[in-house]
Amino acid sequence: MLTQEVATVRKTSLYDEHVALGAKIVDFAGWAMPMFYEGIVKEHQRVRGTAGLFDVSHMGEFMVSGADALPALERLTTNRVASIAEGRVQYSAMCYENGGFVDDLLIYALPGRYMLVVNAANLEKDLEWIRSNLTGDVVVDDVSDETGLVALQGPASERILSGLTSVDVPALPYYYWTKAEIAGRETTLSRTGYTGEDGFEIYCDPRHSCAIWGALLEEGAAADIGPVGLGARDTLRLEMGYSLYGSEMDASRSPAEAGLMWVTRLSKGDFIGRDAIARSIDEGIDERIVGFELTGRGIPRPGHRLFVGDDEVGHVTSGTFSPSLKRGIGLGYVRSDVTGELSVDIRGSHIEAHTVSLPFYREGSVKRKRPAL
Amino acid sequence: MSEKDRLFTETHEWVSVEGDVATLGLTDYAQGELGDIVFVELPEAGRSLAAGDVLTTIESVKSVSELYAPVECEIVEGNAALEDDPSIINSDPYGTGWIAKLKLAPGTDVSQFMTAEQYEAHIKG
Repeated sequence: MLTQEVATVRKTSLYDEHVALGAKIVDFAGWAMPMFYEGIVKEHQRVRGTAGLFDVSHMGEFMVSGADALPALERLTTNRVASIAEGRVQYSAMCYENGGFVDDLLIYALPGRYMLVVNAANLEKDLEWIRSNLTGDVVVDDVSDETGLVALQGPASERILSGLTSVDVPALPYYYWTKAEIAGRETTLSRTGYTGEDGFEIYCDPRHSCAIWGALLEEGAAADIGPVGLGARDTLRLEMGYSLYGSEMDASRSPAEAGLMWVTRLSKGDFIGRDAIARSIDEGIDERIVGFELTGRGIPRPGHRLFVGDDEVGHVTSGTFSPSLKRGIGLGYVRSDVTGELSVDIRGSHIEAHTVSLPFYREGSVKRKRPAL
Repeated sequence: MSEKDRLFTETHEWVSVEGDVATLGLTDYAQGELGDIVFVELPEAGRSLAAGDVLTTIESVKSVSELYAPVECEIVEGNAALEDDPSIINSDPYGTGWIAKLKLAPGTDVSQFMTAEQYEAHIKG
């Protein structure tokens, strides 16, 4: 009944810190990562209330350079890369010719090159796909092993970080990055995250991860900062209705079905998957992602079937107990016409639910205000 | 009654037997491994179970786990307090966080279960 401990998996440079902090370690995409330290609910509430610190060093980072880097990325990704000036960050996706997802990613416009941040589970597949679709003067380097990544998330993040750097942290807008010396170490600091709270992601030399991690925990102690595992990372993102590759996104689903047309610019010119996505928009999609809340007792889980009356209309892709809303919430693919009341088949019982607009949680501190383009 | 007076199963249930009624719960080790328990299906009084049948389902934030009837029995009572606050399994697994009271079949042999010392060795094993 219990999760198996894993024998040989990769460890981030913060692994010993996690063990010392009493983390329950699990295998995630081949990495030994903390699932939780004190408990998912407490860590979740800490991020919503004050600040939490995540080790996400397992994520993959690629550097894309060369005279043709921009046109290459326009062809490889769905969002308009030309719209991100140096200093900015963009959420985007990569799709196959048939419109299915290769991965979702962040693109950082660095001086003279771009950094792509991809899911750990997809790293090798992404690299191979990117390299096989390159044309012109462009070089892609996998720098994942030389890159540590720590996420500081929560309404107290700005104040905590300000104590460790001379950078004007409040002046850094949402989805912008800057070079920053944090606790005496060079980093790339961005105002980004996956929780719905204000927060930052800090890229550094992995040999400095422990020093930065320790300094943030110490600086934030008075604000009740604490380490947060992957368990709460998932409940936090799900309360925001954020998609997760492998759950809402995979090779069989397109941005049209996943609700990710806001990062898909059909008008930007040709890109891989464009024609298939445009065609599915014209012809209409059979299924789409919806968010739903349970009104009855129970917790939806991936794979549970969704019904309207006796009609099976779809299935759950992500589901959990929402620590903020204190009820079961989920995302799922349903027939495009479905809205309103539905039910979730949980171990043979149909539990009442209804669709809701996303996000589930609306009190997040994330600062969406951006300067004019 | 302390943890020492209980008997333990390989699937991380504890039982405390008085006469022909056993109180059953989840061990402290198991609750710690599962993390925050957020949902318990209340065991339904009157239902008869064979040894190994699913007694109830317990859900933490991340996982769904089944609890099994360790022996042939009938459910006398589920702990109704768990409907309002399943986290008492985390905070008091051997006390207020008990899960079900079971009426044991006549002649039930409980000597097959582990003592506290044996269970401790089992989880360290």
